[in-house]
Amino acid sequence: MSFPLLTATAVLPALGAVATAAVPAARREAAKWLALLVSLGTLVLAVLVAVRFDPGGARFQLTESYDWIPAFGVRYELGVDGIGVALVLLTAVLIPFIVLAGWHDADPLETQSKRWRPTQGFFALILMVEAMVILSFEATDVFLFYIFFEAMLIPMYFLIGGFGDRAHQGGEEAAATQRSYAAVKFLLYNLAGGLIMLAAVIGLYVAAGSFSLPDILAARADGELTMGTNTERLLFLGFFLAFAVKAPLWPLHTWLPNAMGEATAPVAVLITAVVDKVGTFAMLRFCLGLFPEASKWATPVVLVLALISIVYGALLAVGQRDIKRLVAYASISHFGFIILGVFVMTSQGQSGATLYMVNHGISTAALMLVAGFLISRRGSRLIADYGGVQKVAPVLAGTFLIGGLATLSLPGLAPFVSEFLVLVGAFARYPVVGIIATFGIVLAALYTLVLYQRTMTGPVRPEVAKLPDLRVRELAVAAPLIALLIFLGVYPQPLTDLVNPAVRHTMSDVQQHDPEPEVEAAK
Amino acid sequence: MIALLIAAPLLGAAVLLCGGRRLDRAGHWIGTALAALSFVLGAVLFAGLLGRGAEDRTLVQHLYSWIPVEGFQADVAFRLDQLSITFVLLITGVGSLIHVYSIGYMEHDERRRRFFGYLNLFLAAMLILVLADNYLLLYLGWEGVGLASYLLIGFWQHKPSAATAAKKAFLVNRVGDMGLSIAIMLMFTTFGTFAFTPVLDGVGKTGEGTLTAIALMLLLAACGKSAQVPLQSWLGDAMEGPTPVSALIHAATMVTAGVYLIVRSGAIFNAAPDAQLVVTIVGAVTLLFGAIVGCAKDDIKKALAGSTMSQIGYMVLAAGLGPIGYAFAIMHLVTHGFFKAGLFLGAGSVMHGMNDEVDMRKYGGLRTYMPVTFVTFGLGYLAIIGFPGLSGFFSKDLIIEAAFAKGGTQGWILGGVALLGAGITAFYMTRVMLMTFFGEERWRNLPAASPDQPDVEPAADHGGGVPHPHESPKVMTVPMIVLAFGSVFAGAFFGIGERFVHWLEPVTSFAHGHPPVAAWVVTVATVTVMVLGVGLAWAQYGRRPVPAVAPRGSLLTRAARRDLYQDDFNHVVLVRGGEHLTRSLVYVDHTLVDGVVNGTAAGVGGLSARMRRLQNGFARSYAVSMFGGTALLVAATLLMRAV
Amino acid sequence: MNPVNYLYLAALLFTIGATGVLVRRNAIVVFMCIELMLNACNLSLIAFSRMHGNLDGQIIAFFTMVVAAAEVVVGLAIIVSLFRTRHSASVDDARLMKL
Repeated sequence: MSFPLLTATAVLPALGAVATAAVPAARREAAKWLALLVSLGTLVLAVLVAVRFDPGGARFQLTESYDWIPAFGVRYELGVDGIGVALVLLTAVLIPFIVLAGWHDADPLETQSKRWRPTQGFFALILMVEAMVILSFEATDVFLFYIFFEAMLIPMYFLIGGFGDRAHQGGEEAAATQRSYAAVKFLLYNLAGGLIMLAAVIGLYVAAGSFSLPDILAARADGELTMGTNTERLLFLGFFLAFAVKAPLWPLHTWLPNAMGEATAPVAVLITAVVDKVGTFAMLRFCLGLFPEASKWATPVVLVLALISIVYGALLAVGQRDIKRLVAYASISHFGFIILGVFVMTSQGQSGATLYMVNHGISTAALMLVAGFLISRRGSRLIADYGGVQKVAPVLAGTFLIGGLATLSLPGLAPFVSEFLVLVGAFARYPVVGIIATFGIVLAALYTLVLYQRTMTGPVRPEVAKLPDLRVRELAVAAPLIALLIFLGVYPQPLTDLVNPAVRHTMSDVQQHDPEPEVEAAK
Repeated sequence: MIALLIAAPLLGAAVLLCGGRRLDRAGHWIGTALAALSFVLGAVLFAGLLGRGAEDRTLVQHLYSWIPVEGFQADVAFRLDQLSITFVLLITGVGSLIHVYSIGYMEHDERRRRFFGYLNLFLAAMLILVLADNYLLLYLGWEGVGLASYLLIGFWQHKPSAATAAKKAFLVNRVGDMGLSIAIMLMFTTFGTFAFTPVLDGVGKTGEGTLTAIALMLLLAACGKSAQVPLQSWLGDAMEGPTPVSALIHAATMVTAGVYLIVRSGAIFNAAPDAQLVVTIVGAVTLLFGAIVGCAKDDIKKALAGSTMSQIGYMVLAAGLGPIGYAFAIMHLVTHGFFKAGLFLGAGSVMHGMNDEVDMRKYGGLRTYMPVTFVTFGLGYLAIIGFPGLSGFFSKDLIIEAAFAKGGTQGWILGGVALLGAGITAFYMTRVMLMTFFGEERWRNLPAASPDQPDVEPAADHGGGVPHPHESPKVMTVPMIVLAFGSVFAGAFFGIGERFVHWLEPVTSFAHGHPPVAAWVVTVATVTVMVLGVGLAWAQYGRRPVPAVAPRGSLLTRAARRDLYQDDFNHVVLVRGGEHLTRSLVYVDHTLVDGVVNGTAAGVGGLSARMRRLQNGFARSYAVSMFGGTALLVAATLLMRAV
Repeated sequence: MNPVNYLYLAALLFTIGATGVLVRRNAIVVFMCIELMLNACNLSLIAFSRMHGNLDGQIIAFFTMVVAAAEVVVGLAIIVSLFRTRHSASVDDARLMKL
């Protein structure tokens, strides 16, 4: 038997989390370095996965399969397709930056005792989330996926509720109240979605007789498995609701701005760039794969909701006064694009959606982490408290601008590729949808540039006059992310090679073909 | 080789922007050298093309596959043909000259290195735009120049007006970009590709409706980038940027990208006559709009910006005429590139000598103080008004002829508008000339440079007091002299023997237009109108002294000063309306959408609080519920039995 | 005699007992009412036994009597100790189930 590489990518951070948590209180710095090392090690393993993965080969590769609860047919079954590889890579790439960016976020205040331990906890929880997320990208057993899908809420809850920005405009007390409000809201919202999904997971077992995704797909392809129309639709709704909460799709989005606003910037990145991707990933893999007919049935409604998300999220971003909430609403708009790409049922749309997940992760990380550096300097999240930072800290402003430009999908940066693919994919099947979604790009320019103008340009405000520019650690976070954005914007082929075959499989799952170009059709 | 052409300035941008302060001392030389290198490469390629046969002058270089996705193929591929090499030479040539000029102009700015980095970035993006072999890569360049323009307009970011102008330019352009992206999507769904050759060759295979839609979307894009009505409002504000930027980006090159797009997509427009009509209307309206605005502005750069808008209106009008106009549009574009860049550099030179004052009412009689500037500006002036023999005469006259040649009522109207525009051009340019270089020296009686003047460019501020006009250093005047040469001779060189038209013919195709009257009549009419315009301006600004404070003016003047109220309209409808919309949406999100969520939570909480009250601790009440429940169950069972 | 009449009587006794349990507050009376309900059950068990012609019902009735006797022992003990601590035999005074 070969080395269980996929298990290793998750076990390493999980063990790392335990080890980090066990570091004695006094050796705080060692815990940080340990966490960084573990996350880098995971990155190496993830790269190995990508190297060992053969895009032209079988659909699910590097599979592992063991009995777990034989009585219910639950198996420990892992395997990745191209989309899974891309997202595992994204997670493994982002976590080291999140660790590095959050280096001082959980340090004890001077007033706290030397026996303060949450520093270790902070990094251990991040690694724990990484393990859960990677496993949910790799699980091909629906029940196994469900477990990780839900389990990642626990460490996330503590990360949101336990660690916030140092300086808060309302004082420490208000900060704690709002934090716990955000954390509880996050937890309840996602648990509610998850519970509905649990019912659907059990229903699926009843209907299909198996939890194993490859088995169900094969049975469906052979025509051995047929579901009643209503059964399929109900099960689809159960799955979709859970993913739509996680993604989040309008009108189930309201937990995200609270959670992202109250959490520290690295945790906010963890939420939107990593954890939320499980939702959109699962739509692509489980909703379309398991319930193709129901997916087609639901498409009109989902498309309308996605369009509302795009435009609504962007408009709300324009109206925000708080930097982090602005990024949160921008993310809602971007998730609208991803869901749009998944459900327009064209190869361009689905490839675009997958690339979008990766690119949005990187671009939001770049923007949000730099915003976090800015916020930690000034001690305020309010846009109105800034002005003229460009003059004082040009490198910070420059990286912030590039992050912003990536958010507005400037051609040449990675998000453009994916956004354009989604738009083309949408337009090819539903022209009106494509055109409405295009309005999103104008609004994206509006909120990004307004944010940049209000914070970075204009006369230097006295409060920001002394702000230092980016430090070496911070530059080590921003520079590689920006390099990645440019590289994937100019040469996205490594990613598309991974994703294309997987998308072909999904398209055949839902039995859809791309619309032929008009000229070809006329021949 | 083609890629190298682009790589040179791109490298410059990367080095200068990432290099840090170590490069502060050498940065401008690196930037200029790389721009010049790009020009030399362009010239070599041009020579190579000249050596080939007329039909064999299209080179395609395929670099790599950019976005390969199922059914969707975007390549990084460049196409060099007569049209693109013309642009390459214009961009790199004028670009290099302006790099040189900027060395002097930006000398006192501590962020000069970055300025050159942005300029190089612009050159690279603009070259990608004109060299791209498919619409998506063109789109990359299109937004790239938009970014460079954004960065350069907002170069003096500490001024809120500059930052706002930059943002406005980018946003208005984004509206246009939306058009381009929809056009590309339409091409994709229609042709399955968006590379130039298959799309333009495949035009005949699809219906006119689709083509009209594509053409109108392309026009929307062109309107955004080329500041045509209704997306023209950003160009005036864009003058907040340093003057070399105005010369390079907002006069000579970037703003003409819209014309390039229309000419490049000529095959589509040819097959969509309705769209062509719209193009000519947009061109004609902008032509008048820009000219009228140009007449009323006291800010020398804004007056020139109005003029730029108007001249691009001519080009768009010509491009809308189809094969009889494409070549003339490009020809006017090139000559305009020379004389307008020269005029802007002249304006920059004047500002440089006048403590960065931009209000022409505070100039006057400067011809003796800055002779080189005066002569070069004067030549540019003669060229733009179409003085016989200079370049503007050739290119503009041809456009007016072509407009008449459209035939029918349309031809008469378009030709008439173009002719009228020529007269107004002569009027406002004479006004600029007279107010700046002739008349009394109004700057002598001024109080100290007014501190409330927000347009002062502090980077080169020499302190207040009465300005001491002086000629600019050689590094600035030499580019102006070169451009003046171009303004004088380019038209004759291109126009005589239709040399330029034949050069472009394989790409744009060409048809002789037949004006309803003889060509010489049109020429005479043009010259007459021009003389009339000059005379009127002289009567108003040459004979009588110019008041140092702007008079109230007529209704039209006031409207023109405010850009014909278009900005006010935008402000009220879009900005205010948008603000209200977002504010109310924020409210809705908080109270309604989130309210439902929190309401559900509160509902569950309230319900459980009620339920808790049932648990009152009396064993008897528990017993009642037990009895009740049992009775219900029994009754239900009996009922089920009975049914 | 028709055994159904015994069942009517049993139902009547049971209802009286149940009402007493629910309405009365004195623990002793409640206790007696519970006994009444038990005996109503016994009566119906015996009536059923007679109707079906076997002894099962009578056997169960004996069981019930034994259980009732045990219950009386425990129940009275509880009531007495309750009365000692609270000086009242009212069931409403013993609301220990509510916090």
